[in-house]
Amino acid sequence: MTQRFLPGLLIATGVLVAGLIVAFAVGRYPVSLGELFDVLWSRASGRAPSASEATENVILLVRGPRVIAAVLVGAALAVAGAAFQGLFRNPLVSPDILGASSGAALGAVLGIFFSLGVIGIEILAFGGGLLAVAAVYGIGSALQSRDPILVLVLTGVVVGALLGAGVGLVKYLADPYNQLPAMTFWLLGSLASTNAGDLIPLAGPVAIGTVVLVALRWRMNVMSLPEEEARALGVPTGPMRIAIVAAATLVTSASVAASGVIGWVGLVVPHLARALVGPDFPKLLPTCALLGGGYLLLIDTLARTVAPIEIPLGILTAVIGTPFFIWLLAGMQRNWS
Amino acid sequence: MTLSGRNLTIGYSDRVVGRGLDVALKQGEVLALLGPNGGGKTTLLKTLLGILKPLAGEAQIDGRSLDALSIRDRARRVAYVPQVHNPTFAFTVETVVLMGRTAHGGLFSGPSAKDREVADRALNEFGIAHLKERPYTMISGGERQLVLLARALAQEPQFIVLDEPTASLDFGNQGKVMREIRALAASGHGVLFTTHDPNHALRAADRAYLLRAGERIAEGAVRDVLTRGQLEALYGAPVETLTDPASRHTAFLPG
Repeated sequence: MTQRFLPGLLIATGVLVAGLIVAFAVGRYPVSLGELFDVLWSRASGRAPSASEATENVILLVRGPRVIAAVLVGAALAVAGAAFQGLFRNPLVSPDILGASSGAALGAVLGIFFSLGVIGIEILAFGGGLLAVAAVYGIGSALQSRDPILVLVLTGVVVGALLGAGVGLVKYLADPYNQLPAMTFWLLGSLASTNAGDLIPLAGPVAIGTVVLVALRWRMNVMSLPEEEARALGVPTGPMRIAIVAAATLVTSASVAASGVIGWVGLVVPHLARALVGPDFPKLLPTCALLGGGYLLLIDTLARTVAPIEIPLGILTAVIGTPFFIWLLAGMQRNWS
Repeated sequence: MTLSGRNLTIGYSDRVVGRGLDVALKQGEVLALLGPNGGGKTTLLKTLLGILKPLAGEAQIDGRSLDALSIRDRARRVAYVPQVHNPTFAFTVETVVLMGRTAHGGLFSGPSAKDREVADRALNEFGIAHLKERPYTMISGGERQLVLLARALAQEPQFIVLDEPTASLDFGNQGKVMREIRALAASGHGVLFTTHDPNHALRAADRAYLLRAGERIAEGAVRDVLTRGQLEALYGAPVETLTDPASRHTAFLPG
């Protein structure tokens, strides 16, 4: 396993750039590379574009917001996944370990149940994710234990199961012709309805959470050591854990609110990134962000192009993620990281 | 400087492990902590590190309570060498040693050029500079122990506390680690280590502290304390003494 930073970072950047080009070019209305650069350049320079207005609309209004959202969500889930895996010292952890996704899911299905409209649904999903993690953290901390990490994970599992039951109940009670399909589609994850207005409520929390995680990058290395070792190295593990969980949850909840539940990205991408640059967080976090953005962008492009109808993202990430993860396991048995 | 505990009651919120313990460690001195499993060695060690709060009494550095120091200031005075373990992530040896510099850097900063210098010096000190780029998970147990020692040295502490530093090592590496412990004391560190082997205490320590069922049963210079009688009382098992007629060195055999 090589752990060179620059080559790894270049590969991750390459994946993102390739994803961007393919995502803009491919679709029901194909756009050539020349047209893409023409439109972007004309926007940047203020000159009139030579491409048609329809092409410009496809690039800027139809694909643009969706592409940006896919990059943001992918980057966010990958960074949050890496943070949680480090914090819980377990490479099998995904960003919804503390209930962020199940809380968001319950919020969203309630929003759909009460016919709240897109903004209401997103606010409920975002709040649901934050509340669920806060509840898990509160309960986990109240239960005094010598192994706070284990208690936290178990509390997350238990609360997540309860929230899952809540989601089941709301689906059971929902109108099967209008609400239930909407709930199912949301729970499987999609960026199909993303528009420019969705980007700020997504980008804001993602930026804040990511900045905090990047700022704490070195402390996150130490936090991935056993609790007592981290403290003996001078890191106050309690407050540090709260800061990392809060930042990663902010990022996860904003992503889930914007895109629905998309599994696997936060689990698989950090593994790929570690294979490229190693587990050192100062190198891992930027690699995760680039790779996660490119990965979800490629998957989202598949989701909207391979079939006549949109394939839910959560299904594609699982179908691609599972064999990929098994392949990864086969190759890395000697070395977990 | 002295790392000390006065009239310590040690343990956890639901369980008292030991009472009335007095212990003192000066810089430049090696103290070995011996005793049967469950006798309180690790608990006492964690209390002196400040990781565990004493239930009564006070752990101090030069008369100042460890509790009154921030976790960061504590880490700049006392370093901890845990038992060799297999960590989750394959950090490079250099990154592991650099983690020892954490308490010297700001909250949001990574290792500085100076931190890298200090880490390099620590790696050289233990002769493992060639392992720098290797993943910590891919080196031998003996090498890992040296990496953890280098990390403790990079912390630039006055005291180094080691939990069974020879436990999982082969015969040759046990000797090497004991020599390094002597070297750490010679360079002015106060060293405290726990061990299951009284011969290791004889080799590497100036003083021994015998702990049984949470009580100190003896403390003093290793030659005075580590006797057949004391060890039989400590472990509740017969002990045989061997003496090399040429060097007059003594060793113990269990049973």
